[in-house]
Amino acid sequence: MLAYILRRLLLAVPTVLGVALLTFLLFNAFGPDPVRAALGNHATPEAIANLRAQWGLDQSLPMQFVEFLRQIVTFDYGKSYVTQEDLGQQLKAGAWVSLSVTAPPFIVGGIVNVLLALVIARWRDGLADKASRALFIAGMSISALVYVLVLQYLLAYKLGWFPISGYVSGPGAVVYLALPWLILLIVAMGPDIRLYRTLFLDEANADYVRTARSKGASEGRVLLRHVLPNAWIPIITNNVTTLPFLILGSFLMERFFSIPGIGSLTIDALARGDLPILKAVTVLGAIALVLFNLLSDLLYAWADPRVRLS
Amino acid sequence: MNPTAKPESMGLMVWRALWRRPQARVCLLLVLMYLGIALAGYTGLLPDHDTAVGGSMDGPAWSWPLLLGTDVLGRSVFYRVLAGAQTAVTIGFVTTALVIPIGTALGLAAAWFGGWVDAFITWLYTVVVSIPDILLITAIAYSLGRGIESMCIALAATGWVGIMRLVRGEVLRHKDKDYVMAARMLGAGPMRIMFGEILPNVMHVSIVTSSLVLLAAVKSEVILTYLGLGVQDGASWGLLISGAAQDLANDVWWPLAGTVTAMFLLIYALSVLGDALRDALDPRVG
Repeated sequence: MLAYILRRLLLAVPTVLGVALLTFLLFNAFGPDPVRAALGNHATPEAIANLRAQWGLDQSLPMQFVEFLRQIVTFDYGKSYVTQEDLGQQLKAGAWVSLSVTAPPFIVGGIVNVLLALVIARWRDGLADKASRALFIAGMSISALVYVLVLQYLLAYKLGWFPISGYVSGPGAVVYLALPWLILLIVAMGPDIRLYRTLFLDEANADYVRTARSKGASEGRVLLRHVLPNAWIPIITNNVTTLPFLILGSFLMERFFSIPGIGSLTIDALARGDLPILKAVTVLGAIALVLFNLLSDLLYAWADPRVRLS
Repeated sequence: MNPTAKPESMGLMVWRALWRRPQARVCLLLVLMYLGIALAGYTGLLPDHDTAVGGSMDGPAWSWPLLLGTDVLGRSVFYRVLAGAQTAVTIGFVTTALVIPIGTALGLAAAWFGGWVDAFITWLYTVVVSIPDILLITAIAYSLGRGIESMCIALAATGWVGIMRLVRGEVLRHKDKDYVMAARMLGAGPMRIMFGEILPNVMHVSIVTSSLVLLAAVKSEVILTYLGLGVQDGASWGLLISGAAQDLANDVWWPLAGTVTAMFLLIYALSVLGDALRDALDPRVG
């Protein structure tokens, strides 16, 4: 097991190097000059040279890349071009805010959707199954942005149940987060329930399920005692791989409700040409994705003895 | 089965398979209608969407320009939705036209040549899937500037990986089959075998996936445009829906309703077609 983990981590090195190279090429080699963007067209050559030296952009591209690699290894991404703040602090604060937006609906939605999918799988091809399928296909054909718009209009403007947008830090944030939570719950419902239903029905055709049925077990017992314990494995591993996206936040929600998480941080940084933030978020996002994929595979092997890691 | 009969061409097969199903037939006609709208836009046949046809925010009425009312500047919402359809279809088809050849060629090359070619392409694949899509799209939007062209490139850059993986797997399955061996015995070169023998047998994978790519591109346009990463000016469904937030606050619902309906029809038709294509072309289904 330890050898496997070490080997996977070693294999991740060329991947992260590639991510770093691609990120560096897109931002530093091919992108527009951030110094010119910051100073405008009428800056003196001295001012341009000064800022370029201050940001380390007077070095050759290979030297800049080496510096970027050093930042990645030491987790020290330097300072923001715009606010001069330490990036580590900014990213940490942003990640907590993003998590506070995405984690509660992820957890609640996970439980609720598994239960609903069980009900639908129990009476498959029944009314609930057919209705949920039609709703899912129709719901999928409408942009997530429309749900956000319409629910904000109805629940915040018309009914006044929630504030329209905004954010405060501390426990008071709950007031502002309630509507984004509700929307994330609703948007995830269709795809999640269909996925879990498929996972349950995949198991429902297995031999051990037929055995249980032929021994006279009731349909409910078959689902809860036989299908569910086996279907847990893909459900959990599926969810583990989406964890990095919780930290990354929902760009759409944060933008729409003016919530200062990683998503807003990234979009603002793009508008201001704040390269250190953009590069740090991209590389950290990729590293998180690689690590959680490994974690998901380990969990899979641990939960299902038939899977051998090699 | 008559062994000398010429096998049916892929295009004909796809058409027949879709036409046979009533639901797919309606959806095919819908998609063709949208294609027609886009073509009309490019040949200058769509009515001008930038001039005022009435007062500010007039409600819907029974005439073509006023079918979906007017916007703040008195412009016809219906004409803007049509122009938005042109943008959506363009983005969808350009992205798909980029993704299919790139993904298929890379998958084919990786599986056929193996060795360092495979290692390099697989590495490229791993790097791209390791970066969350939205971040790669942000990076490309910074690098190439924001607009329709760079959005197509960004969507293609994140979209080719799925096709590449599927085609690579499929080619690996086919590589050692008897018909490939037979072609080799007959003295066919690697190019001939790759494109003449294996490609026609794995092409269905790319075609089925392409309908998903198209659908995802049309949906992404709206979100990316709202985030400021996509279409910057002109008419697009993303811009129309983004603008609708302000309108809704003034109880003006028709721009949103019109755009959502237009988008719903296209996405719904594409997803039904995608399912029908998979049923018709994937030998493992049905």
